[in-house]
Amino acid sequence: MPANNVMLTAKAIGLSFGGIEALVDIDIDVRQGEIFAIIGPNGAGKTSFFNCINGFYRPQKGSINFEGKEITRLPSHRITELGIGRSFQGLQLFNGLSVLDNIMAGRHFHFKAGILSDAIYFGRTRREEIKHRKVVENIIDFLEIEPVRKQIVGALPYGLRKRVDLGRALAAEPKLLLLDEPLAGMNRDEKEDIARFILDISEEMGITIAVVEHDMGLVMDICDRVVVLDFGRKIAEGTPEEIRSNEEVIRAYLGKAS
Amino acid sequence: MDRPAGVFDVRYEQDMAVVRTGPQWGVLIGFLILLAVLPLFAGSYFLGFMILTGIALIAVLGLNILTGYAGQISIGHQAFVAVGAYTTAVLMDSFHWNFWATVPLAGIAAAAVGVLFGLPSFRLKMLYLAMSTLAAQFIIIAFFNHAFPDYFHAVSGIRVNRPELAGIDFRNNEAFYYVVIVIAVLMTFFSKNLVRSRLGRAFVATRDNDLASEVIGINIARYKLYAFAIGCFYAGIAGALHATYYRSVNPMQFHLDASIWYLGCLIVGGMGTTVGAVFGVLFLRSIKELVVFVSPVLGGMVSPINAPKIGPALGIISWALVVILFLIFEPRGLAHTWDVLKSRFRHWPFKYAF
Repeated sequence: MPANNVMLTAKAIGLSFGGIEALVDIDIDVRQGEIFAIIGPNGAGKTSFFNCINGFYRPQKGSINFEGKEITRLPSHRITELGIGRSFQGLQLFNGLSVLDNIMAGRHFHFKAGILSDAIYFGRTRREEIKHRKVVENIIDFLEIEPVRKQIVGALPYGLRKRVDLGRALAAEPKLLLLDEPLAGMNRDEKEDIARFILDISEEMGITIAVVEHDMGLVMDICDRVVVLDFGRKIAEGTPEEIRSNEEVIRAYLGKAS
Repeated sequence: MDRPAGVFDVRYEQDMAVVRTGPQWGVLIGFLILLAVLPLFAGSYFLGFMILTGIALIAVLGLNILTGYAGQISIGHQAFVAVGAYTTAVLMDSFHWNFWATVPLAGIAAAAVGVLFGLPSFRLKMLYLAMSTLAAQFIIIAFFNHAFPDYFHAVSGIRVNRPELAGIDFRNNEAFYYVVIVIAVLMTFFSKNLVRSRLGRAFVATRDNDLASEVIGINIARYKLYAFAIGCFYAGIAGALHATYYRSVNPMQFHLDASIWYLGCLIVGGMGTTVGAVFGVLFLRSIKELVVFVSPVLGGMVSPINAPKIGPALGIISWALVVILFLIFEPRGLAHTWDVLKSRFRHWPFKYAF
């Protein structure tokens, strides 16, 4: 159940590209253990906000704190090492690698052996490969992709590739997982699978989840708290029930009733 | 993936192994023994061929890591070979170093220069990066042509003596063959291991998707430099052997053609596979030798006056044609053909299996 310690705090985030203001004065808290959703119409700034957390974009104003550490100016790979994982909108896999290697690559910074040890592939490197392989096999089991583990990712169907993407993010053992539209382009069965994985990740692995999603069914059913963005501004925050009846939100989605 | 029927992996070590079954070990050891006894019955000409193939293989393995795996296109690879060759030559000629001590230093010097010319890869990708490595080719060779004439002797070239070790004189090809083959086999072993460990995965990740690489915690700037360092280290080692094999070093040996020839080897063999680098080098080196035999005959038939010019022209035309044909008909190279053959053999009489 959601505890109340705040894990990630974004304070007064302002991001603009030239004259276009993508994010204006955004305050968002993500609490430990919860499933947190960011919704909003197209172009509301949801993915931009994720990109700020990730270090892809540098917000001009405001600051982001993760577990008491300022991460606003850190490079992306440092932010990942602190424990923020991410899956992407669409597909951003390593198409030349097998499913197994994609997920193994996700454990990249857990490896400690040096280049010389890698070159002889004996002792430390071999032990590490096996140790991490076991973790990766657990993730493969969890995502039910055992039959394709040795296949090259580029040849897999979309639904499976999305699972590999999720697996790669999990392999880094994040504390906070950012999911950018995990259900985009999926059919109903695939959506249900992913929703089940998200719940399991939250409950079994204890990973805090922040999700950007357009599928209201998912958001309303499994999320603990929802924030609504519209044209880069936060217009509402609350439980799914509160959001459902919020007039600002209805206006943003459906236009103003005269 | 594909393995003989009845062979199952029960431990991760078995699944990770490159050489899996008894017969595979047999073939590998048999091949190594064949390499070891080759000088007993092969002529000096064939050993020369093997030496040059071994040297080219080391360079191409490096380029394979840099371009095939890490995706940083380099068309200045022969310049890094030159850095290795000049390091060995100058250290031996002007400073009277022992050859064996200069070999690792040749690799390190080439790696350092490679990192320097790898810096643009932070900002440049693909074709633009190719342009900057092309610049490396010209800058480095111009440097050896014009700088420090007291050391580099650009006009006369530097004479390099072949080494001696524990009473064995490596001046004859039989002995020098072992030096090259042992180093080439070791470098192949290292290359295969590097690309199947964390480093190789990080290289392919950087090549395939740089944004996603950052997000899984890969410092892509650092890994690009690693790729340049390792790729050029290989080139440097090849350079050291090159210098001692020809017993002289001059800037004319390190032409742009060779840099592109290395890329051709990768295309023919199959980019991003270690076995492809081996196949590619063997194939294109064989064609080179074939041309040496064929061109005088052909010259005599076509036009005896122009016969001396036909050889060089035919050399370039033939390998360029081979590369083009591979790009059209087998873009994944001989490594893929090899995989298909193995799979056909295992599944026969069926076409494929699940």
